[in-house]
Amino acid sequence: MSEAATLEAVTIDSEGDFSYPEAYAHDAGVGLNEDTLDYISNVKGEADWIREFRKKALKTFESKPNPTHWASKDLENIKFENIRYYLSKGQKPTRSWDEVPDDVKQTFERLGIPEKERKYLAGVEAQFDSEAAYSNVKVELEKEGVIFVNSTEGLREHPELFRKWFGKVIPTGDNKYSALNSAVFSGGSFIYVPPGVKVKHPLQAYFRINAENFGQFERTLIIVDEGAEVTYMEGCTAPKFETATLHSAVVELVAMADAKIQYITVQNWSNNVFNLVTKRAIAHENAEVRWIDCNIGSRLTMKYPGVVMKGRKARGEVISIALANDGQHQDTGAKMVHAADETTSNVVSKSISVGEGRSTYRGLVHIPKHLKGCKNNTECDALLINSNSRTDTYPAISVRGNQHATQHEASVSQVSEDQIFYMQQRGLSEAAAMSLSVNGFVNDLVREFPMEYSVELKRLIDLEMEGSVG
Amino acid sequence: MTQTEESVWIDAPPVQDLDLEMPEWYQAFQKASWDRFRELPVATRKDEDWRYADLKKSRFEKLYPVQSATVPGTVDTKPLDNTIAHFVFVNGELVDFDVSNLPDGLICAPINNAISEGGDRLKPYFDVDAKRLGDEKFAALNGAATNYGIFVYAPKNLEVDGSIFVQHYVSGESAPVFPRTLIIADNNAKVSVIERFESLDDSTPGLSVGVCDLHADHGGIVQHVLVQDLNKSSKQVHLGTSRSGKDSSIKSVILNLGSAWTRNESINRMTEDGANTKLYGANLANELQEFDQRTLQIHDAQHTTSDLLIKNALYDKSRVIFGGLIQVLPGAHHTDSYQSCRNLIGSEEAEINAMPGLEIDADQVRCSHGATSGQISDEEIFYLRSRGIPTDEARRIVSCGFLAEAFSKIENPQLVEWLSGMIADKFDSI
Repeated sequence: MSEAATLEAVTIDSEGDFSYPEAYAHDAGVGLNEDTLDYISNVKGEADWIREFRKKALKTFESKPNPTHWASKDLENIKFENIRYYLSKGQKPTRSWDEVPDDVKQTFERLGIPEKERKYLAGVEAQFDSEAAYSNVKVELEKEGVIFVNSTEGLREHPELFRKWFGKVIPTGDNKYSALNSAVFSGGSFIYVPPGVKVKHPLQAYFRINAENFGQFERTLIIVDEGAEVTYMEGCTAPKFETATLHSAVVELVAMADAKIQYITVQNWSNNVFNLVTKRAIAHENAEVRWIDCNIGSRLTMKYPGVVMKGRKARGEVISIALANDGQHQDTGAKMVHAADETTSNVVSKSISVGEGRSTYRGLVHIPKHLKGCKNNTECDALLINSNSRTDTYPAISVRGNQHATQHEASVSQVSEDQIFYMQQRGLSEAAAMSLSVNGFVNDLVREFPMEYSVELKRLIDLEMEGSVG
Repeated sequence: MTQTEESVWIDAPPVQDLDLEMPEWYQAFQKASWDRFRELPVATRKDEDWRYADLKKSRFEKLYPVQSATVPGTVDTKPLDNTIAHFVFVNGELVDFDVSNLPDGLICAPINNAISEGGDRLKPYFDVDAKRLGDEKFAALNGAATNYGIFVYAPKNLEVDGSIFVQHYVSGESAPVFPRTLIIADNNAKVSVIERFESLDDSTPGLSVGVCDLHADHGGIVQHVLVQDLNKSSKQVHLGTSRSGKDSSIKSVILNLGSAWTRNESINRMTEDGANTKLYGANLANELQEFDQRTLQIHDAQHTTSDLLIKNALYDKSRVIFGGLIQVLPGAHHTDSYQSCRNLIGSEEAEINAMPGLEIDADQVRCSHGATSGQISDEEIFYLRSRGIPTDEARRIVSCGFLAEAFSKIENPQLVEWLSGMIADKFDSI
């Protein structure tokens, strides 16, 4: 497709809402059954064990009910039979920027990430729909033995590395949506960092959804060997569609002894996306895993990043920002499972509810018996912007034994009228004052994000706050 | 009565034959409750209201008819100095009472008499479908089987100093009692009731399934104290609700010491502007005891305030579950609400499960909650030891002080002393 033709076909309605003509080379059709799985396996040329894994997962998915006894009833509105479970541009993951299709490039342009900036990044795994559209690992990383590929390639080329942990951190039957992902996964990143290698630059992947009624089921597995370190970043934005879209990812992290993983997400799904993600890490002795998570947009997000601290002195952390606007429900939180002595975890969550938006914190802290010296700290703060905004907090803390310390604090507040008045006096509009106030509320967490993300984050928050006052 | 398989309830509700004639609405209420009890399923693992609970303990294989009371020779009664009325029930039978100091105008009577004589007046206080926190089946059982309890009504502008003291004794193998408490403070009235549950012996497994409803109208003040000190084979379900009207104030205090298993529900509803509720609880658990406490603070009007403080100390293999929720409904602006659950774990196998929750749907709200767990710090013990207090005694002092703090906001020194004394007594046995 020529560049001019592409541009003509692009429809932009308002800020951030745009889509490109759909031209898919592979399409598994609508609905889900064993044939869909065979189709995916055939296209990807997968080994028999993966094919079996998918089929088993499908049975688990079908047998599990939606968890509506505790979660939002909105889940019942997902019409699984109307979803396309596999789409691909039909291209192999490309190596250089020049080979990336123009419309994909323009999508990135629209996101405001200049090409130049990306050159600083160690490698870009840019996912357009189901397949990685762009994959570039810097030569020096390859030299150090870092593997950064998509899920298909990871399982095909490096089964000896990835099969051991694939589906082990988050078993297929963990929940209905991890089972769904296990059945139809495609795309996502598989990363292996060899012992002692400290990856200097963050590895990064951008995801986009760009087809109506089309679910995206990426699968990510990151294994960081002893003493190694890596930071991984993912960001998601999506144009608006007519009918609901399902996004259900599984992200597994394995931090071997003394390893460090930092996993950063900035997400801005469109208002009709169900974003039901299972994220969990295993931290071995003295390892550290940090989930830094920002959720903006979507119709319903359910995401509770977890860390299972399996080795002595392992550390887990979740830092989370959520912003729920009209028609959105951010149901996010953290799971901290202490499974060894002297493990420590920290959860800091801040949520903002705008208009009729609803944000929910759901947390789990588990310290079983016969352990000693475990510590957890949880802080949740919620900010309500309008009188019909809503926020909930549902933590569950389970502690056995007398050698631990846990503490949980939560608070709910408003932007103070005095603050707004003060800023208006100094010549700021009410909207600008509100925006400044909200940015101040999340500022200490935003600082945890890398620079380019915190800039984008600030822009997204400003965008969401538009029209919320006055 | 002998307990045989035949005497287990199967088809008929366990309603005692009373000499009293009950109004039609009450008979209908009892029948509807029994139907509901039979219809409702038992709690399952998927039931969020029963999360972390040991469901086996909540199931009763056999429910025997209420046994007639065996009046003991000496019932140990310890009314407080300022007791204005005193009732002693054994297995639901009123065996002793003293109302000689009852102020004029204050109505205080066994609930069956009050229902029987009250015509339709008490009807609004009996709702088969009242909201519960997972204990609908137990509430229905109580509704069908209520065989005794206390009714208190403080008329307009009557401020009563001193407390009504009600003692509940349970005796006999698998003997269930189904008490119902109803306390109403009319406009600007003030009343206080203390209830204490005990077993007559140390080992026979008894069962109490009780309901307690508190109502405070415009400017009314109600204080309710519940002390549960059954023997360690017994079980208790206690379902409390409160409704506070304009500028009224309701204070509930719960102390759990005894029983093998206790399930407490407390639903506190602030229905009119300026209402205030407080819930203070202390649980001292040891051996295999399980205390399961669920609370709900509902803010359904503007400028309402609530405060909740639960303190738990756990020893041996005991378990405590706290499930709390603050609900600020749409329009309940300017709510100020607090909820706190503090836990002291004193052994390697004790277990605390805390679920402090918030649901905020209004503006200009100040809400916070906290849950902590930990052990006595070495510094505290060191400090006391350096003053010549042996380690064990130091631990006891710190633990007692920790629990008693739950009562620090009760403005009645004698009551606080009485409650703290019972905590200290139990510590002596740990």
